[in-house]
Amino acid sequence: MSKRRTPGQEAVEKKGWLRANTWLLLRRLSQLGILGMFLLGPLAGLWLIKGTLSASTAFGFLPLTDPLTVAQSLAAGHVPEAAVLVGMLVVLAVYTVIGGRMYCAWVCPINLLTDIATWLNRRLEIKGNLNLSRSLRYWLLGMIIISAAVTGSIIWEWFNPVTMVQRGLLFSMGFGWLLAAEIFILDAFVLRHGWCGHLCPVGAAYSLLGFTAALRVKAARRERCTDCTDCFAVCPEPQVIRPALKGSSDVILSHNCLNCGRCIDVCPQEVFVFSKRA
Amino acid sequence: MDSAHNKSGQEQSPSRRRFLTETIPAAAGALVLAVGLVEHQHSAKALPPYAIRPPGALPEEKFLAACLRCGQCVRACAENLRQDKSRTTAPPAASAPQLGEFISQLAELGENAPLETTVPTLRLAEFGGDIAAGTPYFIPRISPCRMCEDMPCVKACPSGALNKKMASINEAKMGLAVLVDQENCLNCLGLRCDVCYRNCPVIDKALTLEMQVNQRTGVHARFIPTVHSKHCTGCGKCERSCVLENAAIKVLPLSQARGTLGSHYRVGWEEKEKAGHSLIPEALQLPTRRPEEKP
Repeated sequence: MSKRRTPGQEAVEKKGWLRANTWLLLRRLSQLGILGMFLLGPLAGLWLIKGTLSASTAFGFLPLTDPLTVAQSLAAGHVPEAAVLVGMLVVLAVYTVIGGRMYCAWVCPINLLTDIATWLNRRLEIKGNLNLSRSLRYWLLGMIIISAAVTGSIIWEWFNPVTMVQRGLLFSMGFGWLLAAEIFILDAFVLRHGWCGHLCPVGAAYSLLGFTAALRVKAARRERCTDCTDCFAVCPEPQVIRPALKGSSDVILSHNCLNCGRCIDVCPQEVFVFSKRA
Repeated sequence: MDSAHNKSGQEQSPSRRRFLTETIPAAAGALVLAVGLVEHQHSAKALPPYAIRPPGALPEEKFLAACLRCGQCVRACAENLRQDKSRTTAPPAASAPQLGEFISQLAELGENAPLETTVPTLRLAEFGGDIAAGTPYFIPRISPCRMCEDMPCVKACPSGALNKKMASINEAKMGLAVLVDQENCLNCLGLRCDVCYRNCPVIDKALTLEMQVNQRTGVHARFIPTVHSKHCTGCGKCERSCVLENAAIKVLPLSQARGTLGSHYRVGWEEKEKAGHSLIPEALQLPTRRPEEKP
């Protein structure tokens, strides 16, 4: 039995701990910072941003709206007021440039939870035998829009763990922790990256903005790749990396890439960099 | 059969195999979820009778299509209460306390509870309850609408779920007060409690006292609290102030408080006024026939 390789270990030895964790640290700073900005209101009376991830007002004037929520509202037959539509355009514009799934890796509070679950999953070396298609989330997304039209209601918000958990922290949790626990159990013990990588329709919706995203991870020095597979081990969407390493283009073009930058961190050969499309 | 199966399996193109092993199960899974969602929505469409939507809220079915579940109305409500200088009690916590805390707070205060509550009116529905999670509501008995003239909750709503076209808070139709218990209401018993009437912000229009003869004594009067739907905003101050242990007057969602006439019904006197004359011809003058008279 060969000695088990710990992803990132070699990068730490070669580049130093800080450079092997730069993007991870920045990402945690972003996730906790955004959650903290929301929490400053109810906890300290400092209202930098009011509302939740489904809709909010930042700095007292800037509306921000979740496109999936608005899409459901429209499908349900309601035309929202201008502020909501402007807020959606702001969000769409930003993520069209930086990559839709930046939301998943840099904003979404559930990602903090699933990252811990994935860490545990690796630590316990659990190989679940549940096999789900990674396209399931897109089917769910479609069904949610259809269900919204059929019921005339923003129906996903009855269950959406992304907004539910955040709303729970900002207002009151109720049984919202049950949703969080289910996701944790799924990701830790049943299927690695089960929620973010297979099921989450919110992530699927943001993925759709990734087709045109300007900001991409590029395997700029792919000739240095030693096939150590550390990047595959840490990537929540490992299927997106291979084309960039072995294919015709050295840019990760897949809309499913989260732009989390963890591959850049763990690569001891410094193959990857943040770059622009093409 | 086995070999035939294998053969066909070998002939399957990768895309066909992918369709069979990935696409179909994924689509089926999504369909199951969709059916669940629709079924759930179907069973949870009506608002429970204890919960009232904020002022200006669209009718419930439209509200569920419009409300983005952002909670900004709830924040505005709490902020307004915090800034209210006329309050004499200690300011509430910035974030709305949980339902259990509200109820225990109310129980502690008992009958000495001040009408102008120390807690914000609006709260956000939690996951797992029977109100759509993330939507705003209030429970009149615990925290009635304070009827702010500038309607901060409506102003804060980005989506139009709370209608900004409402010109005045007095036009609000959050629900309708109903004197549900005419046996235990103190005024109905012949006393002059009048507390609900005195606390009504639209006193003498939305809530009046109608004098009746007290049939029990034969010599006294009863002043029956009577709600007029045209003016009642459903704020819930009457319910909140009712001195009974369980309020005799309650605010109900309009759908549950009101009956609906059949669409073919016409009220004679209204039709008469509209037409300018009676719609039925003068009463027929029938000849009087008595047994002793012969034609």
